[in-house]
Amino acid sequence: MDAKSYAICFKPSSSALKRSNTTRNWYRVAKLEQLKTIGRELTKGSQGGFYQSKEFLDLVKSIGEARSKAEEDRIVLSEIETLKRRISEPDIPKRKMKEYIIRLVYVEMLGHDASFGYIHAVKMIHDDSLLVKRTGYLAVTLFLNEDHDLIILIVNTIQKDLKSDNYLVVCAALNAVCKLINEETIPAVLPQIVELLAHPKEAVRKKAIMALHRFYQKSPSSVSHLVSNFRKRLCDNDPGVMGATLCPLFDLITNDVNSYKDLVISFVSILKQVAERRLPKAYDYHQMPAPFIQIKLLKILALLGSSDKQASENMYTVVGDIFRKCDSSSNIGNAVLYECICCVSSIYPNPKLLESAADAISRFLKSDSHNLKYMGIDALGRLIKISPEIAEQHQLAVIDCLEDPDDTLKRKTFELLYKMTKSTNVEVIVDRMIDYMNSINDNHYKTEIASRCVELAEQFAPSNQWFIQTMNKVFEHAGDLVNIKVAHNLMRLIAEGFGEDDDTADSQLRSSAVESYLHILGEPKLPSVFLQVICWVLGEYGTADGKYSASYITGKLCDVAEAYSNDETVKAYAVTALMKIYAFEIAAGRKVDMLPECHSLMEEFLASHSTDLQQRAYELQAVIGLDAHAVESILPSDASCEDIEVDKALSFLNDYIQEAIEKGAQPYIPESERTGMLNISNFRNQDHHEASSHGLRFEAYELPKQTVQARIPPASLASTELVPVPEPMYPRESYQTTTVPSVSSDAASTELKLRLDGVQKRWGRQTHFPSTSTSNSTSLKTVNGITQVDGSNTANSRTRETYDSRKQVEISPEKQKLAASLFGGPSKTEKKSATGHKSSKPSSHMVKSHAPKSSMEVASEKTSVQQPPDLLDFGEPTVKSTAPSLDPFKDLEGLLEPTTQVSSAVNHSSTAAVTKSPDIMGLYTETTAGAHHKDSDILSGLSNPPMTNMVGGTTTMQVAQSSKGPNLKDSLEKDALVRQMGVTPSSQNPNLFKDILG
Amino acid sequence: MIKAVMVMNTQGKPRLAKFFDYLPVEKQQELIRRVFGVLCSRPENVSNFIEAESIFGPDSRLVYNHFATLYFVVVFDSSENELAMLDYIQLLGQQTLERCFKNVCELDIVFNYSKIHTILDEIILGGQVLETRSTEIMRAVEEISKLEAATNAISFIPKSASSWLSR
Repeated sequence: MDAKSYAICFKPSSSALKRSNTTRNWYRVAKLEQLKTIGRELTKGSQGGFYQSKEFLDLVKSIGEARSKAEEDRIVLSEIETLKRRISEPDIPKRKMKEYIIRLVYVEMLGHDASFGYIHAVKMIHDDSLLVKRTGYLAVTLFLNEDHDLIILIVNTIQKDLKSDNYLVVCAALNAVCKLINEETIPAVLPQIVELLAHPKEAVRKKAIMALHRFYQKSPSSVSHLVSNFRKRLCDNDPGVMGATLCPLFDLITNDVNSYKDLVISFVSILKQVAERRLPKAYDYHQMPAPFIQIKLLKILALLGSSDKQASENMYTVVGDIFRKCDSSSNIGNAVLYECICCVSSIYPNPKLLESAADAISRFLKSDSHNLKYMGIDALGRLIKISPEIAEQHQLAVIDCLEDPDDTLKRKTFELLYKMTKSTNVEVIVDRMIDYMNSINDNHYKTEIASRCVELAEQFAPSNQWFIQTMNKVFEHAGDLVNIKVAHNLMRLIAEGFGEDDDTADSQLRSSAVESYLHILGEPKLPSVFLQVICWVLGEYGTADGKYSASYITGKLCDVAEAYSNDETVKAYAVTALMKIYAFEIAAGRKVDMLPECHSLMEEFLASHSTDLQQRAYELQAVIGLDAHAVESILPSDASCEDIEVDKALSFLNDYIQEAIEKGAQPYIPESERTGMLNISNFRNQDHHEASSHGLRFEAYELPKQTVQARIPPASLASTELVPVPEPMYPRESYQTTTVPSVSSDAASTELKLRLDGVQKRWGRQTHFPSTSTSNSTSLKTVNGITQVDGSNTANSRTRETYDSRKQVEISPEKQKLAASLFGGPSKTEKKSATGHKSSKPSSHMVKSHAPKSSMEVASEKTSVQQPPDLLDFGEPTVKSTAPSLDPFKDLEGLLEPTTQVSSAVNHSSTAAVTKSPDIMGLYTETTAGAHHKDSDILSGLSNPPMTNMVGGTTTMQVAQSSKGPNLKDSLEKDALVRQMGVTPSSQNPNLFKDILG
Repeated sequence: MIKAVMVMNTQGKPRLAKFFDYLPVEKQQELIRRVFGVLCSRPENVSNFIEAESIFGPDSRLVYNHFATLYFVVVFDSSENELAMLDYIQLLGQQTLERCFKNVCELDIVFNYSKIHTILDEIILGGQVLETRSTEIMRAVEEISKLEAATNAISFIPKSASSWLSR
């Protein structure tokens, strides 16, 4: 038999060959013949060194003859075993090695793991022989991805090969570069690739451009400085290189049109030359002059001319020429024509070109070829954006395409319809879409078309009834594919109506929805999302128009809950709907008789494993037991659109808090106000804890405390508390030493103590923090425990963060300026501001900004007592100004008192919750932080926190004033007491005030 | 850009698969299977285009052509022209392979696996069509074969064998 007799000629069209059974049988016979003749083929030797051995042949043959996938797998696995063994043998001839690698590639293509051979492929690229090297490169580009571990072994070889004298080696390396170089390795090869742009061989230049293009795709910044090279290569002598340059330029222009407007003229002139057949004959394809380059150029022009009249005007002539010259009998001619239409529809419109485009489209649509019809529909979709009227003349053709058995064409046509939908044709189009949606199984496309239906229906719905019906259809057939948002939209739409003030229309819409849903419920197996909508609507509006009785609707809802008993969401919707129905009944003063099936349902739900269902059931039970008035305020009818006002300040608790204060509760001090003081007190408190839990340590820590109390302003403690790292304190303290010589010894000791404190804190943190949380006597403590433990747990670090940011907000420019003038540097960081308060305090009072860090006030007041008169003078106005500074708020005091309590309540609850959920704390601090900005706007309802700030400030300032008495030791003791008191439960606080004020 | 080129026979057996963005082997297999599933459900006399978004993710189209016992499939995104892609397939299948193997058939592709890859590398690089002149492609491929044969002669394969091998 002739060696070539088996050969089947390539036919240009697929349709020429029918894939009937007879053909298949004939093919099988032919294939066996083929295999028989392979031997002869082999002896002849395959062309040009692409040789495969008998073994490979046998492999292919046996795989070809395999009757099942399992058999094929067996063959391949044994092949893998053979290869594994052979490939690791020493001294394999290169040709054999090459064949093994090709076999590996083949095995991997069949879906089996060939990773054991990767390293051998990598070794092969190091070989000097071109044959082996090329095979190695081929294998690694197919095996490896750019992030594979072995790439590191390849980069070096690629670098070497890029410098090779043999251009084929360079080309092989460039192929690998395109596939294997990732963002990190780009710099390793980039300089050599740039050099190759000037290589004498055009094939190399072309590939180097492609490599750069690939780099641009992977990491645009890596080659951003090389863009000029692309522009230069556009003028390359070789048209092939110029054509290749169009690929990266297309990408570049897509991303940034405006930088390339200057190239419009060049592109137009290139296109003109191409169209006039100035390029070598070799570029012709099916008698078309370089059609692929034309297509690329037209794509680029479309981008450049988009909404740019001036640029577009340059293009009109050449595009018109191409329209005329295009040979519409060949496939490629039509490809260019199509690209022209795309270009025309993208650039600034020109009537003449539009006309030619419309002609071309009608030719496409009238053609028998499905390919051309497809392109025609696509082109029509582009052109109708500019001239909508041309769609009309193609109506019939479009309808034909819609009926076509070709799915691709059908979908394209639906896309076109989607684009040309108006309120006049929406009904037809959406109906068509839904019909088609029902006929297909492809979930991906079903989802897409369903969402399009919904979109169109929402946008153009002619009537409410139609809209509801359409949505019903979509949900019924593709409910589970539709985004849940669509369902929510539908519910909202039914609830809100169509936005008109016409209430009757809205209620009509609702009753029609209810009616249709009651009807649909009869159908089996509805999608979950749809059922949710149905339950919600029935619950909300089922009895609204009085057409259906409550027992009828509840019966239906019970049926739903029973029928879809494995869908908890639906059941939850159903229970809530039941609750609403009953609530409306009760509110209307009617007697509620629960249906027996409803009773049994409730019993089931009350014992449900789902806590959600259980809760809903209990709620229902509770609601039914209430009187009409209560029910109406819980579940007012038709109030789903009412905003639920969340009273974050919890003002309804005011009375309760007032009462508590009168009984002697401690008023609330916002977190921002109390940190300093509380830190100190907390410190104390911790000591107490330590005292109680670790008796031995108590002594060790108590000792430095005494000295602190005696001599050092507690502020230093406060500030160390504020500042997690105590070191930066020293310069400050030493500064103080220089300005206030009298306290210098104290300051020195402070330094020591500070150090100690730092140590203590570091040690203490681990030991006493748990004890704080376990003792949990007050929530305030917990907060401070948190502020102390920086970053050791997320919740804590979070509170600290919010605290910090708030602190920064508080530092007013005046304060900063003052701090700068006092300390010779801006007090920007929190550390600085913390210590800065010591001296900047007076100003802060004078500018009447809310009092910062109450306890520090106490402390700083005391320092100023110790300090020379000039500093005292500084302090004096403060004392005087305290009262007037509060004046603006005095009027509000009646109002303030309760709010303080309110916020303290809020804080208590929120701080208590801190340990459990940091989110609540975040919410709370957010509101306070936000409110701080609005300081001036004190009367606004939301600014409760700053008001309480003021109150907090007041009290502590009063503390400060009193503690500023003649006897320093006495005041310090008092202060210590204050701090101790501050920590212990609030009931003790009145004593504190009595003690200080009385 | 072009995302993948596949050649498979009418029974769904892959004959050549080249993905221009790396995909793990299993994924490649799955894609090939799904593509074949779509291809064999296509009726006669329909267009050569398929919207492939459900298989290859957003912005992907597929053009295929059916030559004898083989499907040639190209997957690409919206920056390419469908009709032009069809012509690339023609260029690869009809013109270049025909020139290489005379009456080309499925087995030519199987047995000249590495040669087909070489040809494909000449036409498409990094997902972009680089060369559209089949004469030029042929010239490059022949040059490579010649050089490989030459380097082959230097290797330590017995002279008799190498002369036997290179026709």
